[in-house]
Amino acid sequence: MAIEILMPALSPTMEEGTLAKWLVKEGDTVQSGDILCEIETDKATMEFEAVDEGVIGKILVADGTEGVKVNTPIAMIGEEGEDMSAAAPAAAAEAAPAAEAPAPASVPAQAAAPVAVKDTSPDWPEGTEMKQQTVREALRDGMSEEMRRDDSVFLMGEEVAEYEGAYKISQGMLAEFGSKRVIDTPITEHGFAGIGVGAAFGGLKPIVEFMTFNFAMQAIDQIINSAAKTLYMSGGQMGAPMVFRGPNGAAARVGAQHSQDYAAWYAMIPGLKVVMPYSASDYKGLMKTAIRDPNPVIFLENEILYGRSFDVPVLDDYTVPFGKARVWREGDDVTIVSFGIGMQYALEAADKLAEDGISAEVIDLRTLRPIDYDTVLASVQKTNRCVTVEEGWPVGSIGNHLSATIMERAFDYLDAPVINCTGKDVPMPYAANLEKHALLTTDEVVAAVKQVTYR
Amino acid sequence: MAAKKTSAKSNTSAEELKGYYRDMLLIRRFEEKAGQLYGMGLIGGFCHLYIGQEAVVVGLEAATKEGDKRITSYRDHGHMLACGMDPKGVMAELTGREGGYSKGKGGSMHMFSKEKHFYGGHGIVAAQVPLGAGLAFSDKYKGNDNVTFTYFGDGAANQGQVYEAFNMAALWDLPVVFVIENNQYAMGTSQQRSTSSADIYTRGQAFGIKGQLVDGMDILAVKEASEAAVAHCRAGKGPYILEVKTYRYRGHSMSDPAKYRTREEVQKVREKSDAIEHVRDLLITGKHATEDELKAIDKEIKAIVNDSAEFAKTSPEPALEELWTDIYADA
Repeated sequence: MAIEILMPALSPTMEEGTLAKWLVKEGDTVQSGDILCEIETDKATMEFEAVDEGVIGKILVADGTEGVKVNTPIAMIGEEGEDMSAAAPAAAAEAAPAAEAPAPASVPAQAAAPVAVKDTSPDWPEGTEMKQQTVREALRDGMSEEMRRDDSVFLMGEEVAEYEGAYKISQGMLAEFGSKRVIDTPITEHGFAGIGVGAAFGGLKPIVEFMTFNFAMQAIDQIINSAAKTLYMSGGQMGAPMVFRGPNGAAARVGAQHSQDYAAWYAMIPGLKVVMPYSASDYKGLMKTAIRDPNPVIFLENEILYGRSFDVPVLDDYTVPFGKARVWREGDDVTIVSFGIGMQYALEAADKLAEDGISAEVIDLRTLRPIDYDTVLASVQKTNRCVTVEEGWPVGSIGNHLSATIMERAFDYLDAPVINCTGKDVPMPYAANLEKHALLTTDEVVAAVKQVTYR
Repeated sequence: MAAKKTSAKSNTSAEELKGYYRDMLLIRRFEEKAGQLYGMGLIGGFCHLYIGQEAVVVGLEAATKEGDKRITSYRDHGHMLACGMDPKGVMAELTGREGGYSKGKGGSMHMFSKEKHFYGGHGIVAAQVPLGAGLAFSDKYKGNDNVTFTYFGDGAANQGQVYEAFNMAALWDLPVVFVIENNQYAMGTSQQRSTSSADIYTRGQAFGIKGQLVDGMDILAVKEASEAAVAHCRAGKGPYILEVKTYRYRGHSMSDPAKYRTREEVQKVREKSDAIEHVRDLLITGKHATEDELKAIDKEIKAIVNDSAEFAKTSPEPALEELWTDIYADA
């Protein structure tokens, strides 16, 4: 039976090509692997091999023909002795399905209607005993509690074990859990991030500490391409249940390479969850949730906050859900949205503004993927004004994203443009005076609020 | 590197040898069919064929046991077939259909099977090397004696993360066999032009990892090396490196005209060292199989491959709702 030889697609984008030269003629016997002809694509001249064996019957497209569409029959091949004079190419070759007009299942329609539901339930029951704890201790307690609960959880990173953490986060953990579960790695971020992801594929729940997220840039391919995308690429068969954690953003006087805020970078990636807490109770509760989450979680900490003390509830198993913002302060005149260390400026600004008779509602997003849009929108619908606050750079910031979302979903409620307070658009300078100017200040937040409230 | 035509020393039975012949032939015919479907526009994007390298993965797999893991690069169809994944599911993934291993969402370079302990299918050159060490880490952590086969090419061997993984694998005695499939071309750059020292298997020396050079066109040589490497890993002695010299007959991907080497060079390997011809020769000259038996195998393989192609053409495209699934696992 005669088989059609079709014009092949020889590159991901090829739609047509030139049949440069036949290397066989009618009547030739060919074996699989023999070169039949040369075909010019837009990129190169390719040799086209026979896949089946047989005799070349009719050559349908002559040497030098340009613009031959992919899947056009170019020759017939038959068995030895077969008469192919009558063999005509079938009209419609078996071909790839016609490209359909893209009609992706739409993102649930974002109504511009008021957001009614705002979950403001407190994170702990009324009357719960509280104790003062530093962020550092709360973080350690969160990890340790989960390691006691689940043997498959382990901590790895530079200096996490014997040194007890470059920032003393893992104090006492080696003593409690031993070197099997609290593991010092060499200085090799790309490598140990990959090993962590592989261990997660293999069924463990790693906590990978980066001494700072600045160093995680060496590992970002493993975080994004391997950890974040595998669940999708595998059709749901396997993923990376793990936590990448460490200090993020500016510390003090450490210069450009050690002072970057990665919040917006990671928040962009589908497949990751991104957490950036402010208070000690959130560090603890969100860390426990992060470890239990079956997805890769980026946990962005802050060196300056490590030593700060906050009230932490005394509860056996205190967790904070992802995607639920915390309203730190209720107000009527303006909504200030922040997260992480940005909350420090937001809360200070709110105090100052109160002195001037401006009542600010202050929202801590706590998680950046998922983001609790509803709490933000409900607040903006009440105050009609919004200022966002973050230490990261202005271009493509979380504030930019919130502004766009507020514009799309609450445009009619706005009485002023949303202002994004961010770090300055420069690499972090070392000089004390310059660094101070590069960072966000409380006064800038106050000024932005006055601008949107027309004071 | 002519294939050894009379490799007699072997613990391999006639049945096993026939099995290897069958597995290798399945890969070759499957890949030829994939090339054909690519030409017809049924497979899109990048498609990297394994033709010529079949003895490597089939030989390595000969020493595995249930629970062992494998991970490789984007040239992954052969590895999937060799570890027992269903050709239909693999082919349907190549055509981007619902019946594919990743429901059509991964494609040629990104396929996985939890059931067969196949951890991809990775499109970033060498990223699978630390991942493989991590899989081995998980087995050591759990205290079993499973081994992870981490495959990468001579091109990937120049990536820094390979040596980061070597260091930690040796430091922590991870049960991982690093298999360097040296097909002598990193895309279009020959090993001579890309690699300062010819012997990649010696690169573990700095970390105290044993390395061995293997003739990748000789299935029995590969199998023997695999057995030694696996025994080393199962005994808790840490990682092992096998540099398996092989050759790919096709271009780097379907759109590679392969102008960096001559047609004669390829033809010479095909004629003198072809791994499948070598097994065929062992079977016939050793009187382990008759021509008729081999013909029956050929026929069986042809049917399997045709079925897989048919399935891959007729399986529906994924439902549009699939766009939004598998981004997050339910917490």
